[in-house]
Amino acid sequence: MKFLSRCYIGLIFLLLYVPILVLIVFSFNESGSLAEFSGFSFMWYEELFNDEEALSSLMNSLILAVSSSVIATVIGTFGALGLHRMRSKYVKGAVNTVTNIPMMNPDIVTGVSMMLLFVAVAAIVKSQSFFGFGTMLIAHVTFNLPYVLLSVMPRFKGLDKSLSEAAQDLGCTPARAFFMVELPEIVPGIISGLMLGFTMSLDDFVISHFVSSPDFQTLPLYVYNQTAHNVKFSMYALSALIVVVILVILLVVNFAGSVGSRKASKKRR
Amino acid sequence: MENDILIRISGVSKAFDGETVLDHVSLDIHDKEFVTLLGPSGCGKTTTLRIIGGFETPDTGDVFFDGKKINDVPPYERLVNTVFQKYALFPHLNVYENVAFGLRLKKTPEAEIRKKVQEMLAMVNLKGFERRRVTTLSGGQQQRVAIARALVNHPRVLLLDEPLGALDLKLRKDMQNELKRIQRETGITFIYVTHDQEEALSMSDTVVVMANGQIQQIGSPEDIYNEPKNAFVADFIGESNILDGVMLEDYKVKFSNHTFVCVDKGFAKNEKVDIVVRPEDVDVVAIDKGMITGTVTSVTFKGDYYEIIVDVGGFKWMLETSDHVAPETTIGLFIEPEAIHVMKKSEYSGMFGDYSSFSDELEHLGDPEEEVEE
Amino acid sequence: MRKTSLFQKIAAAPHILWAILFIVAPMIFVLYFAFTDAEGKFALANIASLSQYGNVFVLSIAFALIATAICLVIGYPLAYFMSRQSPRAQKILMVLVMLPMWCNLLIRTYALMALLDNGGLLNALLEKLGLHKVSIVGTNFGVILGMVYDFLPYMVLPIFTAMTKLDKRYIEASHDLGCNGWQTMTRVIMPLTVSGVISGITMVFVPSISTFYISQKLGAGKIDLVGDTIERLFQNPSTYNVGAAISLVMMLLIIISVRIMNHFSDDERESGHGKSGKGGGIVP
Repeated sequence: MKFLSRCYIGLIFLLLYVPILVLIVFSFNESGSLAEFSGFSFMWYEELFNDEEALSSLMNSLILAVSSSVIATVIGTFGALGLHRMRSKYVKGAVNTVTNIPMMNPDIVTGVSMMLLFVAVAAIVKSQSFFGFGTMLIAHVTFNLPYVLLSVMPRFKGLDKSLSEAAQDLGCTPARAFFMVELPEIVPGIISGLMLGFTMSLDDFVISHFVSSPDFQTLPLYVYNQTAHNVKFSMYALSALIVVVILVILLVVNFAGSVGSRKASKKRR
Repeated sequence: MENDILIRISGVSKAFDGETVLDHVSLDIHDKEFVTLLGPSGCGKTTTLRIIGGFETPDTGDVFFDGKKINDVPPYERLVNTVFQKYALFPHLNVYENVAFGLRLKKTPEAEIRKKVQEMLAMVNLKGFERRRVTTLSGGQQQRVAIARALVNHPRVLLLDEPLGALDLKLRKDMQNELKRIQRETGITFIYVTHDQEEALSMSDTVVVMANGQIQQIGSPEDIYNEPKNAFVADFIGESNILDGVMLEDYKVKFSNHTFVCVDKGFAKNEKVDIVVRPEDVDVVAIDKGMITGTVTSVTFKGDYYEIIVDVGGFKWMLETSDHVAPETTIGLFIEPEAIHVMKKSEYSGMFGDYSSFSDELEHLGDPEEEVEE
Repeated sequence: MRKTSLFQKIAAAPHILWAILFIVAPMIFVLYFAFTDAEGKFALANIASLSQYGNVFVLSIAFALIATAICLVIGYPLAYFMSRQSPRAQKILMVLVMLPMWCNLLIRTYALMALLDNGGLLNALLEKLGLHKVSIVGTNFGVILGMVYDFLPYMVLPIFTAMTKLDKRYIEASHDLGCNGWQTMTRVIMPLTVSGVISGITMVFVPSISTFYISQKLGAGKIDLVGDTIERLFQNPSTYNVGAAISLVMMLLIIISVRIMNHFSDDERESGHGKSGKGGGIVP
């Protein structure tokens, strides 16, 4: 039984990874064929790194991901604080439900709904070049918000009320008590919300597809445009790079995590 | 005595969402005293403590500290520190930083902080634990850190909110002794909240018994045990047989169809009263020597004594005796005048029956794990 | 200490304002466009014209249901077997499940298409072995395969999480009470992991029914799903209104199915998190 179950696990993961592995291998194929590996070459990587458009969309993606996740984290963290202290369960529930709409809805619906909003506003202000970084930023902040709330809210809920009281008992004013003993308990939630938002933003294609303009193209949009018609081998190279980068990040986070936290606890001293 | 009063609570009431938690409570606490607020959950003892700590403000009445009214003084300006129910240690700081927290806020020089923290950790037997994370400590160790963190600030008063509630029995006994020692060594006034009567009796100089937001009795542990003011106190503190009786005249009381000689006086003629007789104060004697007689219904071995239940005319008495008595035998009961305690009737009269349905387990089930107030 | 300061009162204001402007308002615009014509006058024509998209809806629902069912059938045993490995192996397998989730969907779909395409590696190998070429890209099978391939990790992760949270003593207790392996599975493990299954189903069904990239690439543009239709209608301002109507219907469809699904789960907290599973595991 143990052997069979391991075979099953192996088989499924093999099927899951074959396309990715093939893609990585063929990104080094000099012939530009998908069927036959004729020789090792870095030519597609060279082409990729000489592609101004690819580099500028990478830059755009990073700018957008950083700015949208930071804005969403700030708004969402204060939002969580306000909601946590809010007395009315009714308002609290309503805000929570509304915030979660972009998370529950399919991306395509979120995308078109935001597009319609921008179209309507553009018609009202009679602007031609309304779509661009601004609309992208708004859309990304919006779909990052529920993830920030999801990470931060439980931290507020889990706060031990007597922590703040203990700090006040020892001489802190209420405001100082918040910064000295409550904030350190919430920070991990804020960081995970920020990270989640950053990656969601970097990864998003569907919503961006509806609210972007050709002047501001992110990496996923660039990949989409490049793969729309013909096969392009520099995209293989790009994909291979992304897979490797993500693998490294995942390994670091999951396996160096224990070492990291030990270090952090030492540093505090 | 009057001028060493440190804290005076006068006519304090407090309600949460329309529900009265404290009802005109007045209490004086003397300097260097070990005072225990004792009562079942929801009796208002924790709220009283939180009012002294400054975490709640009284709806009516005043709180004085050293003669000055402190109703609106925030917690961080009071010369009072608290050991919280679940310790409330700061999880992001290690043991040393937790203890140093209050001193840091007062901008104490680093060298002095180090000296004071070391002293304090030595006092609570936690030398060498400075760098440990508080989350890795056992319950007893966390408890000691919480005490050190509060005491290092040299408060005039230390408030302790059920500090031993989460510890197991053995540890609890050790910590009781240790707290008593610390209180003696430091000379700081301790105000201690608990629902455990044994804890209250063994540690305190003064016990304040509370129920339903009111103080039932204030006194030394001996007073509280020997001279309970009403049926509630008699029942809550230790085991007791509480019977209805009639005070025939001074020094003469009738209950269980027998007229007993007692040491109480000053009641009206034929006044109805509550009688308390502690199980250990009843002597088991031969039938002809007994004042009253009854049938033994159960016998439980308790180590150094037997606990027996005796049916006397339908009322089940609890007795403690060192001699074995067989069940179903009829015995005589002999009660000395000093063993009979006569109380005025109160709102609690008749609420506590006999021992007909008594079992240790039930008692235990009724024992709340923790106070859920507010 | 029950007082709420002014700061705490207004702390949520930007959040609430943002939610109204950019979540509620866009939804209202979807409604508005769905019920107006190109001149902005009230019209039911868009809703009426939906009937001609009936088969698109049926096809999309069918594809999404089939893909979800296949993911469940493959994913449930996988999650179960994974949860019975050593802790270290579990950690590695977990990373292996998450890696595809963190890779862009476009890249994964593109990789699969490249492999299965007529000029791809699979057909080249078949040819070498002297077998017939198989054309998968451009068929219904290809599109469903793409959905299963892309979304399987979203099924496995929540079920795996539910499995690892399952107290091992329940399994021991059920053996102790006389259940054999299969009975333990059906009577104890399955009921206790329902919440994971529900969120897995949601996380596969929702993106499957709304996808357009998978059908574009693996359907080679021959298969038209709701997502493709919406995407196409929003290319041209004159068809925004019909597009809004279709989006509205799809949204309602999903809300209803998620509601029904959550009904089966007694634990509301675990299910209905939509796509949030992506955060699982990497959050410190």
